[in-house]
Amino acid sequence: MSARTRPRLAVWKFASCDGCQLSLLDCEDEFLTLAGAVQITNFPEASSAVEAGPYDLSLVEGSITTAHDAERIRAVREQSKHLITIGACATAGGIQALRNFADINDFIAAVYASPEYITTLATSTPISAHVPVDLELRGCPINKAQLIEVIAAYLAGRKPAIGAHSVCIECKQRGCVCVMVQGVPCLGPVTHAGCGAICPAYRRGCYGCYGPMESPNTAALAREWQALGATPRDLQRVFRSFNAAAKPFSTESAAHGD
Amino acid sequence: MATKTIRVDYLTRVEGEGALDLEISEGRVTAAQLRIFEPPRFFEALLRGRGYTETPDIVARICGICPIAYQMSAVHAIENAFGVKVEGQLRALRRLIYCGEWIESHALHVIMLHAPDFLGFPDAIQMAREHGDLVRGGLAMKKAGNELMRVLGGREVHPVNVKVGGFYRAPSRAELAPVAESLARAHEIAVGLARRVSAFSFPQFERDYEFVALRHPHEYPFNEGRLVSNRDIDIEIADYETEFEERQVAHSTALHSMLKRRGAYLVGPLARYALNFDRLPASVQTLAHECGLGTVCRNPFKSIIVRALEIVYACEEALRLIGAYEPPALAAVPVTPRAATGFGCTEAPRGFCWHRYEFDAEGTIRTVRIVPPTSQNQPSIEADLAALATTILDQPEQFIRDRCEQAIRNHDPCISCATHFLALSMRRT
Repeated sequence: MSARTRPRLAVWKFASCDGCQLSLLDCEDEFLTLAGAVQITNFPEASSAVEAGPYDLSLVEGSITTAHDAERIRAVREQSKHLITIGACATAGGIQALRNFADINDFIAAVYASPEYITTLATSTPISAHVPVDLELRGCPINKAQLIEVIAAYLAGRKPAIGAHSVCIECKQRGCVCVMVQGVPCLGPVTHAGCGAICPAYRRGCYGCYGPMESPNTAALAREWQALGATPRDLQRVFRSFNAAAKPFSTESAAHGD
Repeated sequence: MATKTIRVDYLTRVEGEGALDLEISEGRVTAAQLRIFEPPRFFEALLRGRGYTETPDIVARICGICPIAYQMSAVHAIENAFGVKVEGQLRALRRLIYCGEWIESHALHVIMLHAPDFLGFPDAIQMAREHGDLVRGGLAMKKAGNELMRVLGGREVHPVNVKVGGFYRAPSRAELAPVAESLARAHEIAVGLARRVSAFSFPQFERDYEFVALRHPHEYPFNEGRLVSNRDIDIEIADYETEFEERQVAHSTALHSMLKRRGAYLVGPLARYALNFDRLPASVQTLAHECGLGTVCRNPFKSIIVRALEIVYACEEALRLIGAYEPPALAAVPVTPRAATGFGCTEAPRGFCWHRYEFDAEGTIRTVRIVPPTSQNQPSIEADLAALATTILDQPEQFIRDRCEQAIRNHDPCISCATHFLALSMRRT
């Protein structure tokens, strides 16, 4: 394809750890092929050649935590035909959304000696709270095979094959023995698929880094956890982590506590 | 002569968001600032009230590029607080997963972020059109490092298998065998890479850094050792706060870390190499000399050679560890929490990462302080910029801008890591 017809790809960063955009560079075998199928026009972490918009496809990492970033995401949306959020920060607010459950001034004072230099919002919010989003890819971090799938689907003009079922299905597909029946509390039954059930394969319970699946029964799972000895504090902590601000998890976490 | 400002508004090929301001007055550089505007995420605040078992998973999220560094410093600090010793094959597995992180992170930096500066390209993709073998080799090394992370950790970014006391599951020898094959190939590529990058053209530029790194009695450092410098620092990691302090500056959401008695210092590959050359195996020492390096390298542009040598070392060390591996009887030693304070310090690819945690009797975090490598290097990076810019003021502005950006990349700053950390210690008297 000539440069003229290849879609223009942009990658944007908001409050995040860089891990999801790194997943693009971690596609070692596919990276050069991908770079040949699109024009990478804005990907500052990987290239100094930064071009102005408009862009055909924008991948957005990170959550909105400053007034400046709330403005910036609107400008990104205006310049982007298709916008995909990548990861738990962009899709649910990320671990930094724990501030939503606390007093931001206490958070700033705990970390910075001169709070007046710091400008930040009291909340960390997902991209969809600010602009329309065409597709949300979950995970902390995203699965790079799913990233390739959504880009390939975009290029082919088809719907990406991304399931919204729970981690339990992937766990069975991987052939793992259920850790809950061995007495290990697991969030797999209420967590969105996509990781490939990594934690059970490593003999630990899922900790929910892909966020809630489409119809999670968190209350029933919380009762199972209690039967295995989990305290209210354990339950509040586990629902209040990398996807704390996702509605089903924030509601469930509020039902437990010290 | 009027004051002139040279500005780079958004640094590229670095991890995170930063900018550069140079102020020139009367033909002199009067200010050089690496401005960090990445929004803070307040990890030291959000960790309060969390449990010790979930801490390795949470701190990993500080950095997607070096999650193992945060997990390792955290588990060592927690074990230090609770009086737990992790030894034998479990200790070896921790060293092994750290090798994986060094390989993937250094390969990313050398090939995709730094080498394009020396060969005159805006990125590795365009560089691949003329230097396809170099880029493909770099990607193959990166893949080998990531494969090691995936087998031992479950995935490359934010691995799930690291646990206080050891691991959730120890790998079998059969799982590690294919990784050894990839590492052997990566080792061969890395040796060629070290020779190749040593033939790059380097600016004549040296600085008299105070290098600070871990030093261990027998090993090139990953997880353990004393903190030493090429001047008079030689302390236990628990004494870090007696010699070092963090200061907040208006132009950065990252704290600046300083030696209380002397100011700026440097951490990372140049520091590790200078302070631990005698801990490298003879094979790597010989290769270093073939690449034109002595036992100390003070030219920050040549950090690309030292990173390539550290990839060679990490591949050799990983192969040695896999060769000697016997699966342990238990994947983790038992841990009982207690009210205590613990310290951890390990060598992230870009320099040491220091943690302190204070726990209550149930193992809930009361206070935490985390000092990442980039906030330690920020004052030295600014000093590099001021010294370097002074020597090239007669050049066109674009050249000055490009060369200064390259000088920042010399230290592989991880801005996402550095931001958020300001000191609880500053609040205390």
